Amino acid sequence: MAGNAQQLRGNTRWVLSLNAVLVYVFFYAPIALLILYSFSDDQLVGRWGGFTLDWYRAFGQNDEVQNALSVSIRVALISTLLSVVLGTMAALSLERFRFRGNRIFDALLYLPVIIPDVTMAVMMLIFFTSLDDIIGLQVTKGFTTITLSHVAFSISFVSIVVRARLAGMSETLEEAAQDLYASRWQAFRFVTLPLILPGIVGGALLALTLSLDDVVITQFVAGPGSTTLPVYVFGLIRRGVSPLINAVSVVMLAASVLLVVLSLVAQRARGGSVT
Amino acid sequence: MTAAATPEFEVANERNKRRRGLFMALPAYLYLILFFALPLIIVVVYSFATRNRFGGTDLSGWNLEAYAKLGEPIVRDILFRSLWLAILTTIICLLFAYPFAYFLATRSQIVRNLMLVFVMIPFWSNFLVRNYAWRVLLGNDGPVSRLTENIGLGETTILFTPTAVVLGLVYGFLPFMILPLYASIERMDWSLIEASRDLGATGIQTFRNVTFPLSLPGVIAGSILVFIPSLGAYVTPEILGGAKTTLLGSYIVTQFLTARNWPVGASVSTVLMVVMLAATLVYFRKGGRTL
Repeated sequence: MAGNAQQLRGNTRWVLSLNAVLVYVFFYAPIALLILYSFSDDQLVGRWGGFTLDWYRAFGQNDEVQNALSVSIRVALISTLLSVVLGTMAALSLERFRFRGNRIFDALLYLPVIIPDVTMAVMMLIFFTSLDDIIGLQVTKGFTTITLSHVAFSISFVSIVVRARLAGMSETLEEAAQDLYASRWQAFRFVTLPLILPGIVGGALLALTLSLDDVVITQFVAGPGSTTLPVYVFGLIRRGVSPLINAVSVVMLAASVLLVVLSLVAQRARGGSVT
Repeated sequence: MTAAATPEFEVANERNKRRRGLFMALPAYLYLILFFALPLIIVVVYSFATRNRFGGTDLSGWNLEAYAKLGEPIVRDILFRSLWLAILTTIICLLFAYPFAYFLATRSQIVRNLMLVFVMIPFWSNFLVRNYAWRVLLGNDGPVSRLTENIGLGETTILFTPTAVVLGLVYGFLPFMILPLYASIERMDWSLIEASRDLGATGIQTFRNVTFPLSLPGVIAGSILVFIPSLGAYVTPEILGGAKTTLLGSYIVTQFLTARNWPVGASVSTVLMVVMLAATLVYFRKGGRTL
């Protein structure tokens, strides 16, 4: 595509450059201003009143926020761990084997990606409620139901990322390992796993991000006293804006940016290694 | 693989391999059946059930009443408003994303990668926080309002209006449009465009007859990726919209958490689900390969 650069001429070039600048300003100005205001010493959220770290101190001292943060982190870690194991196995089974029902499984694996948040939230709510109505199993909404729901949508995302990695790999290396008398487990542990590791890491980071971001589904399956940070913040926002929310938002933003950077690093490893 | 040489061995091997495949798929398979497929079926079942006087749901006397409710003026208005705002969001995203993606595709490799990274960052950033940022910006005494007042345009009062909702949706989903568009423009056969120009077509003619048709898979993919989440949006209208801008997502949530009319909530969810599935089928047929 070396010749592409010469395609633009005169006015077109200027219009397109201007549009690109506008798009970036649109993307970043709101975030930049939010970060700025989170350090502002003013009770009003959108006004600069001198530098302060008070709102971050309030973030650290607010027990409800801290509690929600700890639930968020625990849910994210456990649901990521589970969905990485299940999603990777699913990816391997679909890319490397043909088995009875594999096409149905393939379709089922895509559905959670397509279905809107709200619909999935409704599904999980009715499901956990009807467990009690139908088979008499009392389910307390909270940590467990949140984690189970997060795994239900994360498996698909992990398996898509891992499959993308597997699809570009031939099976010859694994076959060579087996020809050289490696056991099936050894071939997996020392050949396949290292090769797909960037995919697994990428999938895990995506699962973490999705779990830490989710509001709608969690809101439906959270219980009193155990809710995640986004759901707690969403509740606060609906009652009105406050400088505390600014600070919490910036912390959440920083976490997502950290995860993007890590995933870009993982992607780089993906592009650079043996295929 | 031909089984001609040692048929028995090959057949046994093949059977063994199938068994191992199923064994590996099983944990995720069972998990998704229990925690996804079953809940999905239950929602559809609930949409045919009856709400009782206590706000509970009677799983008997199956009927279509919940679906009939979709025809009532209040629900119909919400349906049309959601559709309209989702279409508007998709068109606005397309208008900004297309020239952006085209520009991106004509940069050098290094510039291109760098520009893509800065599209990926908002794509991955917390959605709730990004909507909240606009709530702060558009607020009564917020920076946007002060700016418009200072330059003599008067106070900005778009917060809690459909305009603010569309703005929030465009902000949230623009990367979903840019990425597939870029993917399809980037892999276009550029010599066709040169040929068109060499044969005397103007820039506009070339765009209309060559460039745009070639990038159509990306246009379709991006449009569906923006349209689907916009139609089911809940967080954005809750934060940036007002009482008069109830959309499908909020309506469904209200049916479950406040009005306690689960069959109606379930029927609207089912309709939404069917629309998504239809759109996805189109996506896989027309442009699915571009992502």
